[in-house]
Amino acid sequence: MADASYPDDLLYHPEHDWARVDDGTATFGITWYAQDALGEVVFFEVPEVGKTVAKDESYTEIESVKAVSDVIAPLSGEIVEVNQAISEKPETLNEDPYGEGWLVKVRLSDPSETQSLMDAGAYEATLQ
Amino acid sequence: MIRGADDHLTIFERSRPGRRAFVAPAVGVPEGPLDELIPPTLRRAEPPRLPEVSEPEIVRHFNRLSQRNFDLDTGFYPLGSCTMKHNPKLHERVAALPGHAHLHPLQDPTRAQGALELMWRLQAALSEIAGLPHVSLQPSAGSHGELAGVLLTRAYHEDRGERRTKVLTPDTAHGTNPATVTMAGYELVKLGTDRHGNVDLDDLRAKVDEDVACLMLTNPSTLGLFETGIEEIAAVVHEVGATLYYDGANLNAIMGITRPGDMGFDIVHFNLHKSFTQPHGGGGPGAGPIAVSDRIEPFLPPPQVVRRTSHGNGSEPAYDLDYERPKSIGRLRGFQGNYGVFVRSYAYIRSLGAPGLREVSEVAVLNANYLLARLRQEGVLEYLPAAHERLCMHEFVLSGAPMKRELGIKTLDLAKRLLDHGVHPPTVYFPLIVDEALLVEPTETETKETLDRFAGLIAEILREARNDPEVARNAPYTTPVRRLDEAAAARRPVVRQPL
Amino acid sequence: MTQYTSVTDDDRRQMLEAIGVSSVEDLFADIPARLRLARPLALDPGLSEQEVYAELRELAERNVSTDAELSFLGAGMYDHYIPALIDSILQRSEFLTPYTPYQPEVSQGTLQAMFEYQTAISELTGLPVSNASVYEGPSAVAAAGYLAKLEKGRRRFVVSRGVHPHAREALATLARAWDMEVEEAPLIDGLTRLPDLDEDVSAVVVQQPNFLGAVEDLEPLAGAAHRSGSLAICACDPLPLALLRPPGECGFDIAVGEGQTLGNRLDFGGPSFGFFAATQELIRRVPGRIAGETRDVDGRRGFVLTLQTREQHIRREKATSNICTAQALNALAGVIYLSWLGRQGIVDLVTLLVHRTAYARQRLEAVPGISAAHEQPVVREFAANLDAPVDRVLARCREQGINPGYPLGRDYPELPNGLLVAITEQRSRQDIDRLADGLGAAVAAERQNVEAPA
Repeated sequence: MADASYPDDLLYHPEHDWARVDDGTATFGITWYAQDALGEVVFFEVPEVGKTVAKDESYTEIESVKAVSDVIAPLSGEIVEVNQAISEKPETLNEDPYGEGWLVKVRLSDPSETQSLMDAGAYEATLQ
Repeated sequence: MIRGADDHLTIFERSRPGRRAFVAPAVGVPEGPLDELIPPTLRRAEPPRLPEVSEPEIVRHFNRLSQRNFDLDTGFYPLGSCTMKHNPKLHERVAALPGHAHLHPLQDPTRAQGALELMWRLQAALSEIAGLPHVSLQPSAGSHGELAGVLLTRAYHEDRGERRTKVLTPDTAHGTNPATVTMAGYELVKLGTDRHGNVDLDDLRAKVDEDVACLMLTNPSTLGLFETGIEEIAAVVHEVGATLYYDGANLNAIMGITRPGDMGFDIVHFNLHKSFTQPHGGGGPGAGPIAVSDRIEPFLPPPQVVRRTSHGNGSEPAYDLDYERPKSIGRLRGFQGNYGVFVRSYAYIRSLGAPGLREVSEVAVLNANYLLARLRQEGVLEYLPAAHERLCMHEFVLSGAPMKRELGIKTLDLAKRLLDHGVHPPTVYFPLIVDEALLVEPTETETKETLDRFAGLIAEILREARNDPEVARNAPYTTPVRRLDEAAAARRPVVRQPL
Repeated sequence: MTQYTSVTDDDRRQMLEAIGVSSVEDLFADIPARLRLARPLALDPGLSEQEVYAELRELAERNVSTDAELSFLGAGMYDHYIPALIDSILQRSEFLTPYTPYQPEVSQGTLQAMFEYQTAISELTGLPVSNASVYEGPSAVAAAGYLAKLEKGRRRFVVSRGVHPHAREALATLARAWDMEVEEAPLIDGLTRLPDLDEDVSAVVVQQPNFLGAVEDLEPLAGAAHRSGSLAICACDPLPLALLRPPGECGFDIAVGEGQTLGNRLDFGGPSFGFFAATQELIRRVPGRIAGETRDVDGRRGFVLTLQTREQHIRREKATSNICTAQALNALAGVIYLSWLGRQGIVDLVTLLVHRTAYARQRLEAVPGISAAHEQPVVREFAANLDAPVDRVLARCREQGINPGYPLGRDYPELPNGLLVAITEQRSRQDIDRLADGLGAAVAAERQNVEAPA
């Protein structure tokens, strides 16, 4: 398992989710802290393409052996792509939470919401 | 533990075509063509692929399997919340008496008077212990009793023309409580715990309203602490017309000393496999009878065991099953409950009687407090402090957070290392509000020497960890298997033998 | 000191000193005085072991067990011969006394037995996923209903009248709590006739063989359920599945049932076990414990509780069920029994039951005043109609030491003098002949009473 890391090019939500924004689309995932707290991920409930997600609300669940965690959407929009590979190989979330472990891609409905998210430094500070 | 190279084989893997244990008696009647008796379209093409093994193989297989289990008859088993007390051996003897064991549930009640009288007397005893007048023996386990309790609450409110939607449970509650709430069609509302380990009364007052149907509690709580504010809690709950439900998992602390009925509870469930010695069996059977107040009684599930006075000819009163219960919530299961469990629990109550049951609770609480004191004497509480600085009741919670920080081993590692010492670990990671929780319940059937030894063991493991944390982190070493890959089991579940 | 505690006065003194209090009373200081019980519990004093034994034996003697009469009672629980090896294995402390296997390293016996049980149930039902047991049959049907409610979210269940009355009632109890309706599908000529199903049905529930003993044609029933988008649930008697097409093969999503017939005592109705099996798609919705195979750090094969995130101790209010303690010991008896019967033996046993049951039905049908309630194929139990008040017939039979079966009138008012007769391998041809003769004589006597002038 990789060491704790919080890439600078991402935006962070206090519920331990990250967003990589690219024009009007964002990729979501969970942070290193989240996967570490969960332990070995065993199951990911793949949401449907087309589903609407709302900022600060849960859009799916991730299960480890001993826990279930709601995954919170950092921003609002519509899911345009899901990472099927994770449901077949859930361990990817632990191994590469920022790369291969991405969860969904979302077309943003309100890009200004990014202003309420934190940068890597601010997020790491909340973890102390 | 005897080890063999083929210990890991399943009974299916020991199967060889043609071997058999069962020899059918001769059919003895004229045998018509099977096709005419049961048309081929209704019959399966291949029989189920059950194993083909002889009796000696079956016996040896299951005997060797059993030897891969740690059990209560063999060693100390301080699992918090489970009340692992000794299972008296008399109970198996009486449960096996043919008059009990070979009695069909649909036997006419006039020909099952011994059974019905036993149930009636057990009901009376449980009623006295709970301090509530009416008992149903029907629920099959604690969580089944909880379901009954919440359904009874619903029926009670509906009978008064009300439809409430919420049930409250503390955040320390056993998982069965919130699961029951949802299963019974209610919305769960969680209550906080204050820094003394009691239900946060302010939070309760804020959340209680006339949409709350019930508050589910256990007392002592899952932290092993008595809810000192219980009378206040009862008053607040009853003021809005809600019911107060008692989860009986921790009854072992208070028998003969105080009673949930007297505390103001309306509905109480008992875990007969906890305080009343039904053997745990590796995960059941148990039984979860309930005791209720007068206002809840009309809604109890049918049938109820009743005693009818005689019809005036001077003969003995008759015991009967009463199905005429127009306001009942309805059945929760078949027949009348886990009678075999009632036989054992009844024998236990008769063996101990009033003074014995009180002694049980006194010693359960004494043993827990003594063990806590010994752990303190051994310096264990520096790394595993008690979650609250109070006298505990029959169990106590420690937090392994300092141990994790300072010695680099988690509660899980401590538990696994205990396995190497021939002791079953306490309950780990429950209740949820305590970080790295270790919930310890010695029960009253343990000797002082066992408690002393356990305290010493924990201290030894901590010393070992200070020296080299890797030892505990990779424990156990001496068990039939070592740490298992639970993640793999959950990711790609294999839940049967492929054949 | 009681028989089961060990605290001597000396111990107590030392313990109180270590704790730092002066008496045991002090340990209960947190309990308000108002709540302290001011008197001893109103229970008799404790008794010696021999006195308790004597009392329990006296109570047992006032029960008429299947040892004391010739019994044809069935209706969900059956008087089979239970082989001696089951008791000798179940009485082993290592199976009898441990808790649920939360520490798998020291629970491989329990966990592997669960895995073997799950395999056996899967084989019987034809469905790939079985859990490690639930409480018993009727509540298993209710649990299956809960799964269907969570999965489909529709407002109705359609339940055959052929499902065990206790199971129908247990489902109805919970359906009321869920604001769901239960619609009953009638029995025509002893078989389920499903109504037209709309898209408001969460599940269709049938029983195999049904309560009147008839073998249903399962495949069309499952098909009808699926065409309306509902789940198909089959409550089944596990032994007949040795010969009958299993529910999984017929398209059912869930198979549940009462396991007592597999190696468990009657015990006046419990404890026994319920089984719960389902399709692979439903694996994460199944309630209760499930054992799964895996490896340990050294590569050894081992077993663990798996998919625990379904369960109450993790998922809490979102759990698939609230079940915690189940029926592990009884399920163990079940898998030992199935191993004892074996692949060939279970076929031998159930074939024997088919023949003896056919013989019994034939002999009874030949008795004046007794007719079969239906002509459908049966396996080990059948319903008959008496041309005389059944309660009085039963009373006469009892005097002859015969218990001919379960009177159906209370559960099936349309069969006011109906009788459900169960045949096990312990009922020989001679026993069946005695039943026919005894029942025949009783019916004749009652009919004579009716016909006699007042």
